[in-house]
Amino acid sequence: MRHFLQIDGLSTKDLHHILDTTESFTSIDDRAVKKVPLLRGKTIVNLFFEPSTRTRTTFELAAKRLSADVLNINIATSATTKGESLLDTLFNLQAMNSDMFIVRHPESGAAEFISNYVDSHVSVINAGDGRHAHPTQAMLDMFTIRKHYKEFSKLRVAIVGDILHSRVARSQIEALNILGAKEIRVIAPRTLLPANVAQLGVEVFQNCKEGLFNVDVVIMLRLQKERMQGGFIPSEHEYFQLYGLTPERLAIAKPNAIVMHPGPINRGVEISSEVADGPQSVILQQVKYGIAVRMAILSLAMSSADENGGGN
Amino acid sequence: MKLEIINGHLVDPKNQIDQHANLYIADGRVIAVGKKPADWQADQSIDAKSKLVLPGLVELSASLREPGHEHKATVQSETKAAAAAGITSIACLPTTNPVVDTPAQVELIEQLSQSSGQCHVYVIGALTTNLNGENLSEMAALKAAGCVGVSNVFHPMKSSLVLRRAMEYASSQDLTVFSYPLVHALANHGCVHEGITSSRLGLPGIPAAAETAAVAFQIALIEELNVRTHFCRISTDRSVHMISRARFDKLPITADTSILHLYLTDQEIQGFDGLCHNQPPFRTLDDREGLRTGIQDGTLSAICADHQPHEIEAKLAPFQSTEPGSSTLETLLPLTLELVKEDVLTLSDAVNLITQQPADILGISAGNLCVGANADACIVDLKHSWILNSENMLSRGKNTPLLGDQLNSRVTHTILNGKLIYENKLN
Repeated sequence: MRHFLQIDGLSTKDLHHILDTTESFTSIDDRAVKKVPLLRGKTIVNLFFEPSTRTRTTFELAAKRLSADVLNINIATSATTKGESLLDTLFNLQAMNSDMFIVRHPESGAAEFISNYVDSHVSVINAGDGRHAHPTQAMLDMFTIRKHYKEFSKLRVAIVGDILHSRVARSQIEALNILGAKEIRVIAPRTLLPANVAQLGVEVFQNCKEGLFNVDVVIMLRLQKERMQGGFIPSEHEYFQLYGLTPERLAIAKPNAIVMHPGPINRGVEISSEVADGPQSVILQQVKYGIAVRMAILSLAMSSADENGGGN
Repeated sequence: MKLEIINGHLVDPKNQIDQHANLYIADGRVIAVGKKPADWQADQSIDAKSKLVLPGLVELSASLREPGHEHKATVQSETKAAAAAGITSIACLPTTNPVVDTPAQVELIEQLSQSSGQCHVYVIGALTTNLNGENLSEMAALKAAGCVGVSNVFHPMKSSLVLRRAMEYASSQDLTVFSYPLVHALANHGCVHEGITSSRLGLPGIPAAAETAAVAFQIALIEELNVRTHFCRISTDRSVHMISRARFDKLPITADTSILHLYLTDQEIQGFDGLCHNQPPFRTLDDREGLRTGIQDGTLSAICADHQPHEIEAKLAPFQSTEPGSSTLETLLPLTLELVKEDVLTLSDAVNLITQQPADILGISAGNLCVGANADACIVDLKHSWILNSENMLSRGKNTPLLGDQLNSRVTHTILNGKLIYENKLN
């Protein structure tokens, strides 16, 4: 696993290996000195072509806790406006002897594209590419679920909201399928569902009443404000009426069902404050585990890259 | 100058010839097929033993990139590639810079192709000024300068009313409208077929309806206005059905598809390979089968290369940012002949789809070996297998999803105006 680009293509064993490794890193988080020397002397570049606070920060913390040197490069306005191609940007940074690129990019396939052009000792981690994948987010979600439930094979999981534009949902669906979840449901109006979505291995629901019935995990997705302009939904108000997670609606799910959200949350749009701050919410746990999961993935990728390129 | 091509298997669909026959050429014209003319003494004799002899191919759509995009290709480079592919007539698109919307632009391209001397080049002019979709081009002037048709290519029309008027005006000038059916609002910046592949990869999709709705709409206009229209690059099974019905109703409609659409589907895009970025996109297996049926039953009357050479950088980006299109002149004939091997087409029908029928669509006299016709022909070795790679491609554009694939036939000779302009000894 030199690159970590998407969940698709990984095995059940691979995913459990990542989750087990994560487990060993969670204890570091609770120590007074939160640092291990695993990646000492390595240079990791956070290459973000899209604004991000949470993901970039957790990657930075993860890398620093592994003792790596971290460089944050934000090219939110896109280097192409300055006339430099994505590859030229990459080659320049690579010339500075970077060992790993953590890439976020607004276009699907960007991380995989970059991975085809880096040197053999360099790793590429996908921190979100367009609508395609956000595999580290999916892994931290799986870790959070595993913290609450022993076996994936007994779980019914509902993902609610804008599946169409969500790289998080795609990666979650792939991970849950690989881990053998009993049932994966998506709940959204048809305007927010991708074409042939059922073929991704999910049950499709248009309303929460049926879709949330008897589920163990409810994953809410963020609704971007610009969806109102695109004719996807009429208003925030109607969206909340139909899909917003309220205590009453959550009661349709199993009594102790956990509530997740990749953040940042829109209170009163896809989730009410009572639920977001309520006892069933594990949203802040997700953020906390995000660091340990990324430490696990960075260290696993770096050790493969070292084997691959002779590691200097 | 007298040239003979002897011992070959000659296929000329127009004259229903599909047998061993010698071809005799003098002063740039075919003077006899089969029977040697009296007092014949050839200056040059080509032995085509165990090879095919075909009329020179006619390509409906090639972007020659000149003027304005010489970093991608030139008339010289691409007509040379055409000659190596057995293509002797090409129609090129108005999407140059500046756009072909004045007689001067037409003349420039004609001069460039004449000085290259590798291929007959015909120009399709712009339907609207600068392809802006709003103001009609001076179509009578374009026609007088030699344009064989008009098109707005994939540039949107401002309104359906402008489209209607443009079609009517073109009809008044006896010009065929080459229509690229697409409802741009439905395509919505998509870059692949909308379906499970687009959903899995998170790439914005172009629904089949973006094409079929435009085909249906334009058929309604054609029915009312009786304007001669050619639908370019049909990509969906549903469009084939609608066009079939319209042709049954005797509407003045023809249509083509590209050779790559007869092979590739959206499945190829796994791995975000920008070389598979095409417009219209490669669609489903059902669509591909529908297109194959369309060329079998005559609904689609031409197969074209849809040649779009690019510089290397055009494909070096994440999928959505790559430029669509493939460099395909050199694979048109091998892949079309492969359809014969796969029993999709008879040899004669396959040849017809890339010679006489596209010539008829363009309204040019080419695509056959009638006595008296311009002697444009090619000779093909059906036993020569080769691997396509960027070194053996003559086109300046090396952008094709077929790089590294095996092709099972190769042009050995191309004759233009009775002269041997290309020879490959296949060592």
